[in-house]
Amino acid sequence: MAQTFDAGVKDYQLTYWTPDYVPLDTDLLACFKVVPQAGVPREEAAAAVAAESSTGTWTTVWTDLLTDMEFYKGRAYRIEDVPGDKEAFYAFIAYPLDLFEEGSIVNVLTSLVGNVFGFKAVRSLRLEDIRFPIAFIKTCMGPPNGIQVERDRMNKYGRPLLGCTIKPKLGLSGKNYGRAVYECLRGGLDFTKDDENINSQPFMRWQNRFEFVAEAVQKAEKETGERKGHYLNVTAATPEDMYERAEFAKSLGQPIVMHDFLTGGFTANTGLAKWCRKNGMLLHIHRAMHAVIDRNPRHGIHFRVLAKCLRLSGGDQLHTGTVVGKLEGDRASTLGFVDQLREAFIPEDRSRGVFFDQDWGSMPGVFAVASGGIHVWHMPALVTIFGDDSVLQFGGGTQGHPGGNAAGAAANRVALEACVKARNEGRDVEREGADILRDAARHSPELAIALETWKEIKFEFDTVDKLDVK
Amino acid sequence: MSMNTPDYRTKLTMETFGFLPELTADEIYDQIVYLINQGWSPSIEHEHPSQIQSYYWGMWKLPFFGLRDPNAVLAEVEECRRQYPDHLIRVVGYDNYTQCKGHEFVVYRPRGM
Repeated sequence: MAQTFDAGVKDYQLTYWTPDYVPLDTDLLACFKVVPQAGVPREEAAAAVAAESSTGTWTTVWTDLLTDMEFYKGRAYRIEDVPGDKEAFYAFIAYPLDLFEEGSIVNVLTSLVGNVFGFKAVRSLRLEDIRFPIAFIKTCMGPPNGIQVERDRMNKYGRPLLGCTIKPKLGLSGKNYGRAVYECLRGGLDFTKDDENINSQPFMRWQNRFEFVAEAVQKAEKETGERKGHYLNVTAATPEDMYERAEFAKSLGQPIVMHDFLTGGFTANTGLAKWCRKNGMLLHIHRAMHAVIDRNPRHGIHFRVLAKCLRLSGGDQLHTGTVVGKLEGDRASTLGFVDQLREAFIPEDRSRGVFFDQDWGSMPGVFAVASGGIHVWHMPALVTIFGDDSVLQFGGGTQGHPGGNAAGAAANRVALEACVKARNEGRDVEREGADILRDAARHSPELAIALETWKEIKFEFDTVDKLDVK
Repeated sequence: MSMNTPDYRTKLTMETFGFLPELTADEIYDQIVYLINQGWSPSIEHEHPSQIQSYYWGMWKLPFFGLRDPNAVLAEVEECRRQYPDHLIRVVGYDNYTQCKGHEFVVYRPRGM
């Protein structure tokens, strides 16, 4: 039917509010938490978000009539109350698949969390969840290796992996740094990690670090009969520098490199993931800057969305918080996005903050990394919460041991294995945790000392970003 | 704070459960029950100490597909040990859904290791 051009400004809801719309399997669906400006009806605010994040602009333009806007527009199709928040509401929006370039998480985010977040008609806006259609997922490579391949390469089965970030986070020379790595690995850790802000500073240039770390890894492997790795951070100022460092890590026979996906950006991350697939390297992903984006319950992007985007962009391990340590993280919500990293299909579950069914098809899974302010007393809870497909990282909890890194690492490894063994025997590890640890300490002086050192340390602050529940 | 912190000596630990005291027959039994209850196939691998760094150890027979009797697995471990007293032996729970080992731990080391 031919349309006529009617210049001027018209309500968004006339075009973009479509409550009768039934989303297609190929649509990309999004749930936003919207706080509209005073006096703006919910339908109009939801439609405005749909418009500004898809085809619309503030006024009608004649060129709209050159295409089939009915095919390309985003549609707000449902509105829901937010439990416990009278001002905010959830807006569900469906976007047709053809709005997005194949394999480009960058393109998806540029639309969904682009200009619309500064839009005047909404006071604040938060992207709570995205349902990626399987048709889009199949255009993304995803994790370079995935959980099973990583287990096979690292030869580690039946338990969570153990890691540790080398401290002090800044200021060590390459040779001292390699010493710290070697001590942790020979003591029983599977991995050590560059701190995220270790790149290539004057006190330790990257090549120097890589070489000393490589010897530390190889020596520890030989002595323990175990596979070891150190996440060599290749995050850099330019993609060219990043690839140069990754190539060097590979040339040293190292199994894994590391990238910061938010500060480095999704373009760099996706490129590096593809390089890792091609070069047989594992990829550890840090998430510096995430709390800037995801912590405010009314504005920004929930971490479950960032986690889904990372799985699509590519990474074999991603930090998820610890639930129990020094950093923010609600248990149910954390489990909600941990599922998004590891499972093949996750059903909608509002009690975990999951707004949509999500089918990942054959996309490989990502290890959940729990890191930040955790120590040996947390081990029973961590094993219970995160299960086997996780990396538990004790930084201070390893290197703060009175006997040093190797003793600290051994203490954590004994505690981990005691908890896994007890779990497999059918015991309730979280409830009987203290007994399990004390029993294990009888044959491990390192664990006994660790239990004594950290017996009083707790981090009991309330979570700022809670799930919206009644 | 001063504590008695003994020197930590590097050990040939060989992955999962390498930091626990040697498992008793009852403890091995419990782990086999666990892996069978996960729906995994029990399997046994063995290797000479000079070759244990490689991914592949020798297989003791084929994986015991469908075997649900933990005592039968223990008997196979014992038979393997008799045939290869100078080899290390590990028990595996093989998960054909993920096509990955779900569990793996050393149950026997030759004298002196």
